[in-house]
Amino acid sequence: MDIGRIDQIIDKHGCKASSLIQILINIQSENHWLPKEVLERVSERLAVPMNQIQHITTFYKSFSLVPKGRHEVHVCMGTACHVRGAQRVLDTVEELTGIKPGETDVDLKFSLETVNCIGCCALGPVMVVDGEYHGNLAAGQLEDVLKNYE
Amino acid sequence: MSELVLQIDGREVTAQEGATILEAAESVGISIPTLCHHHKLEPYGGCRVCSVEVEANGRTVVVAACTYPAEKNVVVRTKTEKLDRIRKALVEMMMAHAPDSEKLVELAEEYGADKDRFKRNQSFCIHCGLCVRYCNEVKKKNALGFIDRGAKKRICFIPEIAAKECWQCKECFPLCPTSALQAAFVLNEAITTPSSAEHSCSCGHGAGK
Repeated sequence: MDIGRIDQIIDKHGCKASSLIQILINIQSENHWLPKEVLERVSERLAVPMNQIQHITTFYKSFSLVPKGRHEVHVCMGTACHVRGAQRVLDTVEELTGIKPGETDVDLKFSLETVNCIGCCALGPVMVVDGEYHGNLAAGQLEDVLKNYE
Repeated sequence: MSELVLQIDGREVTAQEGATILEAAESVGISIPTLCHHHKLEPYGGCRVCSVEVEANGRTVVVAACTYPAEKNVVVRTKTEKLDRIRKALVEMMMAHAPDSEKLVELAEEYGADKDRFKRNQSFCIHCGLCVRYCNEVKKKNALGFIDRGAKKRICFIPEIAAKECWQCKECFPLCPTSALQAAFVLNEAITTPSSAEHSCSCGHGAGK
């Protein structure tokens, strides 16, 4: 991610230390992760020390300090999804993408995470890809769903 | 600034408005145990060992004396059975992390805490934040901070800053009630100065070989 774009995002939020989290969220959603150079730039522009940025970025699970794929796959492992076969869904996704929860594939295409509940238990088992919900999944449908993402 | 009068352990104490209960108590020689408190630093309320009972309007609440501001006409009790129980449990939980810390051993003796009550988790850090806050507030170097959260929360030096600043300073070392800080520093030393790690490492895997 280039420095010019980072500065643009920082300026959009008025270059205030109080906007730190919002700025990090914007960078995270554009770049999918927060490289060290980016954090150093943010630290310098907002005059927020690096140890505070480190504290915040490791505190919230939505920030990633390691590269993430272009598409974020979340498989719900909540109770309702669990009893309706979330484990089978997860196993199949692992097989199709070749990665385990918390990992990213070599082409930076998919990152896989498990979540504990996404609040739509009636649709279980649920998988969310880039914010798009796929409900009532059967293991056999997964290939067709994941095929749509490049 | 105006003054106010409150009662601590049955004694009338005059305190400045805005002072904490801990400061008010210390001004008349009433001692309250603390772990995360330091007179040069902002109140933190991290360890809760300074918990006291505050009675106002007929209600009693347990608060951290180091952060709670002294109020007019409240009755504060610093030694009760309930507080002893709370402090004992807190010390026992912290001793799961650092069973041989001198300060904790002292407190454990005073409150009859059993260091083996909880399963060991030898992280050695009790999250008092003294090192982190001292570096930020007094030295203004921001060389180390907390990372992660909950049970995984730990202190971590920023290697670039630590390599430049920490050698001459090390003022945070004596503040640490356990040995966690020194351990973290040694770890950081190994990352920032691979050559010294090479000498001290007997396994032959030193960097640069």
